[in-house]
Amino acid sequence: MADDNNTDERDDEKISPWQQIIDNPFLLLFIGVAMPTVFYTLWGVMEVATIPIAPY
Amino acid sequence: MALFRQCPDTGLFFHKEAENLMKANAVAGVVCLLIAGTLALLVVLTRWPAVHLLPADTFYMVLTAHGICALIFWVILFEIAILYFAGSTLLRSRLATPRWACAGFVLMVVGAIMTLAAVFGGNSSVMMTSYVPMRADPSFYLGLILFAVGALIGCFVYLGTLVVAKNEKTYEGSVPLVTFGATVAAIIAVFTIASGAEILIPTYLWSIGYISHIDPAMYRVIWWALGHSSQQINVAAHVAVWYLIAGVVFGARPMSEKVSRAAYLLYIFFLQLASAHHLMTDPGISSEWKIFNTSYAMYLAVLASMIHGLTVPGAIEVAQRKKGLTNGAFEWLRKAPWGNPVFSGMFISLVGFGFLGGISGVVMGTEQISIIIHNTIYVPGHFHATVVIGTTMAWMALTFLLIPVLFRRKMILPQFAKLQPYIFGLGMSMVAVFHMAAGTLGVARRHWDMGFAGNPLGFEYPATAYLLMGIAGIGGVIAVTGGALFVIITVGSLIFGEKLQPEAGLLQSFGVPLADSAYSDEKPARLPMAPAEAVEADHGEAGFEAPGTFILAMVLLVSFVIYYFINWKYLSEVWGLA
Ligand code: HEM
Ligand SMILES: [Cu+2]
Repeated sequence: MADDNNTDERDDEKISPWQQIIDNPFLLLFIGVAMPTVFYTLWGVMEVATIPIAPY
Repeated sequence: MALFRQCPDTGLFFHKEAENLMKANAVAGVVCLLIAGTLALLVVLTRWPAVHLLPADTFYMVLTAHGICALIFWVILFEIAILYFAGSTLLRSRLATPRWACAGFVLMVVGAIMTLAAVFGGNSSVMMTSYVPMRADPSFYLGLILFAVGALIGCFVYLGTLVVAKNEKTYEGSVPLVTFGATVAAIIAVFTIASGAEILIPTYLWSIGYISHIDPAMYRVIWWALGHSSQQINVAAHVAVWYLIAGVVFGARPMSEKVSRAAYLLYIFFLQLASAHHLMTDPGISSEWKIFNTSYAMYLAVLASMIHGLTVPGAIEVAQRKKGLTNGAFEWLRKAPWGNPVFSGMFISLVGFGFLGGISGVVMGTEQISIIIHNTIYVPGHFHATVVIGTTMAWMALTFLLIPVLFRRKMILPQFAKLQPYIFGLGMSMVAVFHMAAGTLGVARRHWDMGFAGNPLGFEYPATAYLLMGIAGIGGVIAVTGGALFVIITVGSLIFGEKLQPEAGLLQSFGVPLADSAYSDEKPARLPMAPAEAVEADHGEAGFEAPGTFILAMVLLVSFVIYYFINWKYLSEVWGLA
């Protein structure tokens, strides 16, 4: 805070998108769970699940 | 009404309930480290060919208990203490729902006891990975599930504390970098524990006969989302501890808040995908999946670790240079407080993690060359560099920092405390390096007898392999000595250390609250914080302000490149293509 305004008025200031992402733990939580779920778990499980069963 | 006390020496604020929970979690963690270290001695003495201590069945039982007790119980219990510290103390906020936090702690302890009892019962020697179709006692899985639920509660209490702090405006701007790092750790933990539930609950049901079959390939895919990600909780958290210690010991400020946070953001996006590197040799999963998750995603996560590995010493260097230690490239480092175990422990953690853990980790994460060392003792060599030199030593350094602050006791045996990081670091580096060397010669991990005595199909390792395992054994004994010293000093300080405050009695050392008189119900003053965007104004030309760190980084890079190509050379010699 460069100026000496009341800090509670911070919301009115322009907050960069970067800052908004970084300051939102629940958005980060969503990203942190969605990324590996899609690219690692779902993709990986699909590959294992589609292996054909060997004929007896 | 939330009660707080302020530490007169450091100015840190402690919320009464949070403080007790930090103590309880940390103490329980150290107890687990004590058990794990004792078992480590038995394991390492068995793998030392000339000693070959335990019989085969006991070896596998003890190895299972060592892995679980160290890597799961010690590390995660301590991590929960760190979360509460980062959420409550660093934000000057009360802890959200201390009761839930307490319930989580009880679940973790009960789960840990249950699993260890199953292992020592002798019918659950399935190693910490517990791959199906090996079947452990149902209480083995149930204990792990309870432990995980307890840890998950801890993570949500932490996230809840972030909300409380924000609503009650205990800080201004963005959370401090250390708290941000702890948030990243908590986020990774949520994914980790969810994956654990996905696989351990069905496995539990299978162990009691409700489910007839669990596909081993499927198990491995999902289990490693747990197994690898849990190590990434450690990385995110121990990096946060590095920043914390750099700040406390040197007054160092991050060179750039923005760069450090961006590096953490890379962790959130990519670190967990690297779980795929455990499945490099698994059939049934495509190369596309392996290469995307390791070669692409993993390198971005490694990049993030390299950024942290650069900015932490860089920040220390800048702070030291400001104090006038400007001669040559390394005066700042030479004149660092090497006799302070908080600093030396943290710095050994950083260097060991980067050089030993980092370089070997990239080699193991490369599909082609990892095949040379797959399932050899190289793997334990690598991860003892990451989880022991990296994570465990960071936890130890933090413990030395917190004994006077949190427990209000003076540390006993200061001369030994000075030496502890060096003894432990030296021993563990020997274990790591010589296990890696033996692994390169093909010595198997998780193997009771590398001599294959009495087996119809033996294998003759070169004599060097036996020598290397012997030296690793000596390193292991040194490391266990260093670990024992840590336990003696910390537990001893809690019991016999001089009281820095009259209220800090014996029971108080183990989680019983201090008398109310130690606290006040006055709310701590709001914490002013730099915005996350800040690039410290005086760090104009980053990199050149910290030339010593820059040189260190180049040494790391060159070592890495050389080592990487040596491994490709080895690979080319595996099959003689004339
Ligand atoms: C105190 C010094 C320690 C020594 C000397 C030591 C030594 C060893 C040895 C010799 C092995 C067996 C390797 C094999 O035969 O495959 C092992 C396994 C292992 N250690 Fe340690 N260790 C120590 C501390 C730790 C700590 C602090 C952690 C975790 C934070 C840890 C985590 C593990 C894990 C996860 C395994 C693998 C278990 C498995 O294969 O299922 N160790 N250790
Ligand atoms: Cu991994």
